[in-house]
Amino acid sequence: MENSYLTCFKGSDSNIPVPLITSSKTKENYDVIVVGSGAGGSMAAYVLAMAGVKVLMLEAGRNYDPIKETAMFQIPADAPLRGAATPDKPFGFFDATVDGGWRVPGEPYTTAPGTEFGWWRARMLGGRTNHWGRIALRMGPYDFKPQARDGLGIDWPINYEDMAPYYDRTEALIGVFGSNEGLENTPNSSPDILQPPPKPRGYELLTKKHCEKLGIPVIPSHLAILTRPLNGRSACFYATDCGRGCSIKANFQSTTVLLPPAIETGNLDIVTDAMVREVTVDEAGKATGVSYIDRETGEDRHFSAKAVVLAASGCESARILLNSKSNLFPNGLANRSGKVGRYLMDTVGAGIGAQIPALENVPPHNEDGASEMHMYMPWWGYKDQAAGKLDFPRGYHIEFGGGRRMPEAGQFNGLEHFTGGSYGRKFKEDARRYYGSFLYFSGRGEMIPNDDCFCEIDPDVKDKWGIPVLRFHWKWSNHETRQAAHMIKSFVQIVEAMGGTALWPEFDGAKAIQPGGKIIHEVGTTCMGAKREKSVLNQYCQAWDVKNLFVTDGGPFPSNADKNPTLTILALAMRSSEYLVDQLKKGNI
Amino acid sequence: MNTDEPKKISRREALKWVGAAMTAFPLLQGAGFAAGTARLKRTLSDPDLLHPGKLWDRVLTKEELRAVTALCDVIIPADEKSPSASKVGVPDFIDEWVSAPYPEQEADRKRIQEGLAWLNTEAQNRFQKIFAGLTEEEKVKICDDISYVPKAKPEFMQVAWFFARVRDLTASGFYTTKEGMKDLQYIGNVPLFAFDGPPKKVLEYLKLA
Repeated sequence: MENSYLTCFKGSDSNIPVPLITSSKTKENYDVIVVGSGAGGSMAAYVLAMAGVKVLMLEAGRNYDPIKETAMFQIPADAPLRGAATPDKPFGFFDATVDGGWRVPGEPYTTAPGTEFGWWRARMLGGRTNHWGRIALRMGPYDFKPQARDGLGIDWPINYEDMAPYYDRTEALIGVFGSNEGLENTPNSSPDILQPPPKPRGYELLTKKHCEKLGIPVIPSHLAILTRPLNGRSACFYATDCGRGCSIKANFQSTTVLLPPAIETGNLDIVTDAMVREVTVDEAGKATGVSYIDRETGEDRHFSAKAVVLAASGCESARILLNSKSNLFPNGLANRSGKVGRYLMDTVGAGIGAQIPALENVPPHNEDGASEMHMYMPWWGYKDQAAGKLDFPRGYHIEFGGGRRMPEAGQFNGLEHFTGGSYGRKFKEDARRYYGSFLYFSGRGEMIPNDDCFCEIDPDVKDKWGIPVLRFHWKWSNHETRQAAHMIKSFVQIVEAMGGTALWPEFDGAKAIQPGGKIIHEVGTTCMGAKREKSVLNQYCQAWDVKNLFVTDGGPFPSNADKNPTLTILALAMRSSEYLVDQLKKGNI
Repeated sequence: MNTDEPKKISRREALKWVGAAMTAFPLLQGAGFAAGTARLKRTLSDPDLLHPGKLWDRVLTKEELRAVTALCDVIIPADEKSPSASKVGVPDFIDEWVSAPYPEQEADRKRIQEGLAWLNTEAQNRFQKIFAGLTEEEKVKICDDISYVPKAKPEFMQVAWFFARVRDLTASGFYTTKEGMKDLQYIGNVPLFAFDGPPKKVLEYLKLA
């Protein structure tokens, strides 16, 4: 494949160390077992290993090496189906996710009658950090105390000031670009924490100009992509799609950023293909380790440790807890509150496409940039909301893109709506004219937890490993569908201000809203809280019922602000893991 | 000096960077870890991304391929800027597409095979030849009747949907190749030292200067 710069390494005996060991080489005893290698698991392993704690990480998927496996410069013509999305590769062929998606062969889940919910999983080292959108927004002061502000949902047991130092340190550690704009509930980072953002693209500047007339701010986005070298990682070279992963380590993937230095300490061992099914406990109710299935051999095995950190993803960690039944915990481990699996949330998502005549026939130029959006619109409706002008609580931000990006499969689907059905030489002329003139606008908004959205163990269905699977229940409330309707209205306003055409906008919020799980921000199934009767975890993500058990994925979130959750998962995992280190040192665990 | 072209990194330089990234953590190797077993059972959900190869058998017959080749070259013929669709492998892409083991593609298979059969029958009825054997003028006479769903006569409605689908697929197949990207003047996918934003002529064109 001549387009690939990487294939020259093909077949060579790569000097890339393989950061894992097999279960036959593991040590007798570990201080802590971490389940999962995504954002929450890798941060926990990093903090613990750096502090001298002996850690064993178990990952359900296979070992994965982004340096050897990432398709960096391949073009769609190098892929089956020109790279188009399929149920096996739902974000296109070159997307980094392998063995993952809304369906995983042999590992089903079920949905209650009337429920539409999709559960995304990535069975691979690094989990979802391999393909995530790199959008790294801090939650703001309002977002931690939502109930105190409008009476809905649940407050966090911590506030923004508690989290701010961990946000700073996480951003400095993983590398985030962005700017400090001082906007309401859109926090600044401390000085010198953020890397400089890349310059905006042409269509981003054009959108900004028209949004300003509407009072909608358009500011540099915060993305976990380097614009300056950091810790041996290269800065972005403004080519190739971040969703494929990054072999020069310019964006955040746990496999290129947090796991290598943790392994380098000698304190972290990793076993892949280890499908954890249960946390084991002793007679006193303390966690003793985990039981897992070796996916290579099908054997049921066990590891012991002084403490267990679950970071298998919100729903998977809840599943492990609910499947960990014993005399002491007949309803599942750490579930005396009955809240494990409850308050499942995703992000409110709705979007439109648009055709912008001003973007036709733009002089050719390279606007690949740092792959994702260089600018975005933070929620701007706080004052209207306070004045009672909006019919929904909370807010959303807008993500947008398009322009002269690399042509992909489906690039000109439906172009006949603009061309009157041209074909032949005229079609080629039309394609040149319209290429680059399409934009998309997507809203990402806050969902309020409700009693109708949860997961539980299906009493009848097991996966191919014999582990009982999750059954999902899901129902959007008016809060979310009205917000989705407002999103569409806003997008149409923006597009019309730009003199463009909104493509088939759906103004009925109940139809415009994406199904649950589609935005892949599911959080809240092991919520933290101030009171043990009403939550699973305390403010350090430590189980109220089992003091040597922690959860550091999206599960602890009591609310799901419009800000994409990964940065908060990382910062919260850092905070919780430092607490765990402290407790281990003090001999409390 | 203000130039419109961003500075490109040479291929050699880019390779050096990749190499540097690869050796950034040399200590890991010496840490006494056994290399994991290279278990890579390739599946459709875990394919070799760098060397995908042919993932499934093709289903179109020779006759169908002849018809689809003729049709996609009517949709995207050669002109002074780029070659025709068939010159960059679009017929094989459409064959791959309709042969794929997924619901969307299976639905397209039925529609496209029926549409191709219709094309040949229509060509026989009107001109006593198969579609691929028609002159350009004759092909256009048929295609004009089916090239736009909103204006297709009722008797051509179904096959107009077929034409629309093949046009979408032909465009997908064509513009995702190097030749198609060059035609559109997509000039990215090259490593750069810096991203300087849009050049002045673009800012002027967008009335942002």
